Amino acid sequence: MPFGLLKYGLRKQHPGQHHFTPSKPLKSHYDVVIIGAGGHGCSIAYYLAKQHGITDIALIDKAYLGGGNTARNTAVIRSNYLTESGVNFYRDSVELYQGLSNEFGYNIMMENRGQLTLAHSDAAIRSFRWRAEVNQHLGVRSELVDRQTIRELVPNLNLSEDSRFPILAGLWHADGATARHDAVVWGYARGACQRGVELHQLTEAQGIEIEAGRVVGVRTNRGKIACGAVVQAVAGASSVVGKLAGIKLPIHSFPLQAMVTQPYKPVVTPHVSSPHVHVYVHQTSRGEFVIGGGSDPYPLYHTRATLDQREILSAATLELFPFLAQAKVLRQWAGTTDMTPDYSPIMGLSPVENYYLDAGWGTWGFKATPISGKTMAELVATGKVPALIQPFELERFYRFQQVNEAGATAASH
Amino acid sequence: MKLLRCPLNGLRNIAEFLYGGEVHPLTDPSHHGARAWAEQVFFDDNAAGLVLEWWCHRPTSYWFIAERNTLTDQVLRTFASSEYFVESVSFKRVSSGGPNA
Repeated sequence: MPFGLLKYGLRKQHPGQHHFTPSKPLKSHYDVVIIGAGGHGCSIAYYLAKQHGITDIALIDKAYLGGGNTARNTAVIRSNYLTESGVNFYRDSVELYQGLSNEFGYNIMMENRGQLTLAHSDAAIRSFRWRAEVNQHLGVRSELVDRQTIRELVPNLNLSEDSRFPILAGLWHADGATARHDAVVWGYARGACQRGVELHQLTEAQGIEIEAGRVVGVRTNRGKIACGAVVQAVAGASSVVGKLAGIKLPIHSFPLQAMVTQPYKPVVTPHVSSPHVHVYVHQTSRGEFVIGGGSDPYPLYHTRATLDQREILSAATLELFPFLAQAKVLRQWAGTTDMTPDYSPIMGLSPVENYYLDAGWGTWGFKATPISGKTMAELVATGKVPALIQPFELERFYRFQQVNEAGATAASH
Repeated sequence: MKLLRCPLNGLRNIAEFLYGGEVHPLTDPSHHGARAWAEQVFFDDNAAGLVLEWWCHRPTSYWFIAERNTLTDQVLRTFASSEYFVESVSFKRVSSGGPNA
């Protein structure tokens, strides 16, 4: 690396490097078409190319790379879920995240800041104890902490006993982190493109061709693509794209809103979440407070920001951090969250042969980006559903075997 | 503040209302197996565009139907459910078995 930099510095010309493949004409056939060039789609393409040597892949997106929910989430990475299936899955994702910058040779700005979830009721303390036990059993660092420890972790948190919902205890998750969400998708896309994957932006899937129950092609605004397999990785449009293949999903799409304040000096290190007052907050290394996440109270595909949610998020934030009363909100935005009944994703096989689902990513998609890519790639390459994602198959709803993570999700609906 | 027109109470703050899900024909659990019942319980169209859906005005517990565009967030019309369900729905009682019968 240092010599490369020196050579580059001594060169007369300093050519910019292409991150991704320049735009190419669409071929008439690919082995695999991945619909959606967000974090998950790029991650699937990356692991298909890297681990399985499958590089004849068209990674298509109706808009641009990482411009959907990958750009709209609050970049939180954690694995302190409740069910064994959930904890195992997200734990492996967090582990992959830890090595990602080195693997890419590209800084994803991983910050191991830890995550603190707050309990404002006895019931919450009981559920935290349960989560901590499950987490520790499965090798995830989680522990129930008292008010004194909370004070040490976040000295600026409002721990007054006179507040409306006094903080009683916390669930401290040392493995919690944040990362630069754009860098994650860029890193995956670059790694995939370097191995021969074709990225096709402004290429919208408009129809799925199925013959004898098996997917054979994708119709796009740039022409028809014949292919051996299709993966849909379109968080925020899972039902809409699924319908193209005739697949009905147990999903309702809600906008989830977040906002960010002006920058301050560094005063809060961990990510702080309160399911009770419905807010989660962390201070970025640039100093801004990222505040999420309020859901609109009814399904919608519109991603406008509303005054209602700004009021709700602000009120909740001031419960925790009264010193932010004068903070100016710089931006507010929304992303469409595909909520499933049990707050777990829908991954794996679909009723259509060789059409694979990576859907239902609700409010938990960013943290799962590496592991969903790795496991979905394995599924596409081998045709076998990896054990890690078997609990998340679509069929679980027909067997009434949901993977209930509603309590371990920070955003409420 | 967003407003919604309740057929019973007129134009009210949308915070007074509860979204109640898509309007479907009801599945008779005694005539269908577990798969149909699962679809009834979990699966929905979740359409991007015009949808018919249940809403409830919470203070008066009044349920009605709204036609809404989920792409633009515009409510086109709201009306009493009696306009849509003109005949009452009744299911035959089954002696045993339940949804898996």
